[in-house]
Amino acid sequence: MVILDWLRGRERRSAHQAKERLQLVLVHDRAGLSPGRLEALKDDLISAISRHVDIDKQAVEISLTRDRERQRLLADIPLAKARGRRRRAG
Amino acid sequence: MSATVVTVTSGKGGVGKTTATANLGVALAEAEQRVVCIDADIGLRNLDVVMGLENRIVYDLVDIVEGRCKLRQAMIKDKRLGNLYLIPAAQTRDKTAVSPRDMVKLTDELRKDFDWVLIDSPAGIERGFRNALAPADIVLIVTNPEVSAVRDADRIIGMVEAEEKAPPRLILNRVKPEMVRRGEMLTTEDVLDVLAIDLIGVVPEDDGVITASNQGLPVALNPRSKAGKAFREIALRLMGEDIPLEALESPNGFIRRISRLVRQGGR
Repeated sequence: MVILDWLRGRERRSAHQAKERLQLVLVHDRAGLSPGRLEALKDDLISAISRHVDIDKQAVEISLTRDRERQRLLADIPLAKARGRRRRAG
Repeated sequence: MSATVVTVTSGKGGVGKTTATANLGVALAEAEQRVVCIDADIGLRNLDVVMGLENRIVYDLVDIVEGRCKLRQAMIKDKRLGNLYLIPAAQTRDKTAVSPRDMVKLTDELRKDFDWVLIDSPAGIERGFRNALAPADIVLIVTNPEVSAVRDADRIIGMVEAEEKAPPRLILNRVKPEMVRRGEMLTTEDVLDVLAIDLIGVVPEDDGVITASNQGLPVALNPRSKAGKAFREIALRLMGEDIPLEALESPNGFIRRISRLVRQGGR
C-alpha cells in the first residue's frame, strides 16, 4: 500500500500534470484542430451519419491520437439499439 | 572554408535564446573557431549588451542590407576574443526592413571568412523568425522545462520541418535539478519524449547568468559557472565532439540513456 500511495502521490506532482497537459494540448496543436472545432466536427459527423443510419448520438466519441507514423482522428459511433426490429425478427 | 550557419530560436520569448547565442559564440571562439554572431531581432536588439559590445555599435544589420555600409564596417570585434564578431540588429527599424533573401545573401558572404555564423532569432513565428531560419544549416531550439515554452518549441519544430531543414536539436535551458528531483519540474526525458527531438545540451539554472549579463561578460567565460560549462560543452558537440551529458538531475540510469541520445544526434 505504501507503494500505491507513493505512486498516487507522484501522479499528483506538478511535473506529471505538466506532461499530461502538454501531451493533450500538442495533439490538438499539431492537428490544427482545437477542442472546440473538434466538437463542431463531431456534431457535423453525427448529423451526416444520422441521415443514413440510426446512431446512439449521446455515446459518440471522437478523439485525436498519435502513433509513430501520423496523427489519427478516431471516431467511435455506436448504432442505436435496434430492439424493436429484433423482436419482430424473433 | 565554408561556415556552418546555426540559428538559435524558440518561439516563446525569454527562454534564453540571446544568452545561448552569446555563450555559444564565446565558447566556439575560445575553441579557436572563427565566429560571427548576428542579432536578427530587429527593433529589440539585445545580443550587443549580453556580449558587452553595446558601446561600439556604429552600423547595424539594416545598414548592411540597405547598402549604407560595407559588411566589414558593421562587424564589431569582441573585446576579449579576436576571432569573435557581432553584427548588431537595428534598434529603430522593424523586421520588415530585412527579408529572408537578404539574410541568405549576407550569410553567404560571411561563410567564406568564418567557421560559424550564429543567428539569434527573435521570438515569435513571424517575419523575424523567417529571416533567421532562411539561411540556417543547423537549427537549435531553446526551451525551458515549462508547459508554455515546450508547447511553443513544438510549433517551431513543425515549422523547421516544413522548411525541409535538417531536424533541429534541443537546448533545454534553466533546469532546476532540485525541482526535478522533487517531481515539480519536467525532466529532460519528459521533454524529449513530448517533442521527439534530439538533445544537444541541458543548461542548469544559474544566478551567474544574471550577473554575467549585468557585466556584459557571457558565463561561458567563467570557468566556475555551471551554465557556462554546459554552453562550452554544447559548443564542442556542435563541433562534432563526443561529450557525454553530465548527471544534472538524478543519479539513475536515464542520464546514461540521454547521453547515448546526445551521441547519436552528433553531427
